[in-house]
Amino acid sequence: MRFIVNGQHVEAVFDLRTSLLDLLRDHLGLSGSKKGCNQGACGACTVLVDGERINACLALAVQYQDRAINTVEGLSEPGALHPLQSAFLEHDGFQCGYCTPGQLCSAIAMAAELSRGVPSAVTVDLAAETIALSHDELRERMSGNLCRCGAYNGIVEAITETFSPQKSAQEAA
Amino acid sequence: MTPFTYARAQDAQTAIQLAGAAPAARYLGGGTNLVDLMRETIETPDALVDVTGLSQAIEARDDGSILIGAAVKNTALAAHRAVRQHFPLLSRAILAGASGQIRNMATVGGNILQRTRCLYFYDDAARCNKRSPGAGCDAREGFNRMNAILGASDACSATHPSDMCVALAALDATLHLAGAEGTRRIKLVELHRLPDDQPDIETILRPHELITAVELPALPFAARSTYRKVRDRASYAFALVSAAAALDVAADGTIRDVRLALGGVAPKPWRAFKAEAMLRGAPATAAAFRTAAEAELAEAVGLSGNSFKIELAKRVITATLTELAGGVA
Repeated sequence: MRFIVNGQHVEAVFDLRTSLLDLLRDHLGLSGSKKGCNQGACGACTVLVDGERINACLALAVQYQDRAINTVEGLSEPGALHPLQSAFLEHDGFQCGYCTPGQLCSAIAMAAELSRGVPSAVTVDLAAETIALSHDELRERMSGNLCRCGAYNGIVEAITETFSPQKSAQEAA
Repeated sequence: MTPFTYARAQDAQTAIQLAGAAPAARYLGGGTNLVDLMRETIETPDALVDVTGLSQAIEARDDGSILIGAAVKNTALAAHRAVRQHFPLLSRAILAGASGQIRNMATVGGNILQRTRCLYFYDDAARCNKRSPGAGCDAREGFNRMNAILGASDACSATHPSDMCVALAALDATLHLAGAEGTRRIKLVELHRLPDDQPDIETILRPHELITAVELPALPFAARSTYRKVRDRASYAFALVSAAAALDVAADGTIRDVRLALGGVAPKPWRAFKAEAMLRGAPATAAAFRTAAEAELAEAVGLSGNSFKIELAKRVITATLTELAGGVA
């Protein structure tokens, strides 16, 4: 079966029971995406498929043939971090780091959803054309990514600085 | 997980033929529930028929109705402009459920047919009449905080976990079904059956019958509608009690029409027909809402750990309708 992972065409032979997460980690050697709960509760396995975030642990790999899959390994080149990765370093957006690849992928797709105008459970005006990345919007939209170290304050600061720099500057002032 | 074959269908007829060729086939949408159940060997299909290639169209028609393909993703439906404008309770219900990742994967058809999250259904060391008919039920004397207070039986008190379905029930949604014997249409509120003494039989679907679309009939007053969900966490948790409601109030303050459905309280999305009937023609006041809520919950029965839901449901109904009537709730 053929896949497009981080821009590379790859082929893999595997048991049909294999999840997308296990395909990435065990068959393709991409161990950045993490297995936390393996039941869709923690978000450590979050990857991007055609730019949208999904839980790779709940995805059967066979369903994602010929789709554009991006993992944390594909976010940046060595020596040139993605701005969100730099912000996570700057704001201590982690302690043990296990949830970080999922947090990064999730936040990038979350920002894209926001820019498309996708509402959330805390969006007051469903008719709004544009939705600002408020503190409440950010926390609601990232609720599918748990951090057992409790680095949430740093995670929120890093995401805010990267995707809502004006708001971040106002809060710092 | 037990082994299975996999095939992808691009249309309903092919899907039904593929499913009919295997004794224990299951249709596969986003997999967010089925894959988990297969991993726990609670579901053991010998064949998966991938139906994510079926219609992902959302057709907003001139008459105010909307036709939704069963393979539409939850995120796409919640974000659709016509849904947000004309059926805000549906957008809000979907967005109140699961996480961003799961809403991106899950299909509308799969959401409707997801299984209960009763803890004992998932724990194969526990007794569960739904998983193993006749085995008994460990929820009755166990941790049943999440379980049903309406429509349950001695055999089973598991709830239907969907938020989206609560809005669909309030909207009187119709399901388009296709099967070996042809196509038919049923109301969403007729799909799920109450457990009685057969909790393993959850719907009236025939073998390998497939949901192909969901149709929302026009309901102009649903522009004034909402979804309220009470849960143990602020986000990403199943409902203890939820309510989907739409309210049409005349200039003199009487209720012209109302729609109300409850989640988290029953084995199926619970349309509050009794409360609706009492409210039509009544004044749109908190007192009237409370009286209707009392009537709807009159037959509610609590278990050892969920009796709080009876009063909570009354308060959620009253608060939701009061909010729609323009009062503070």
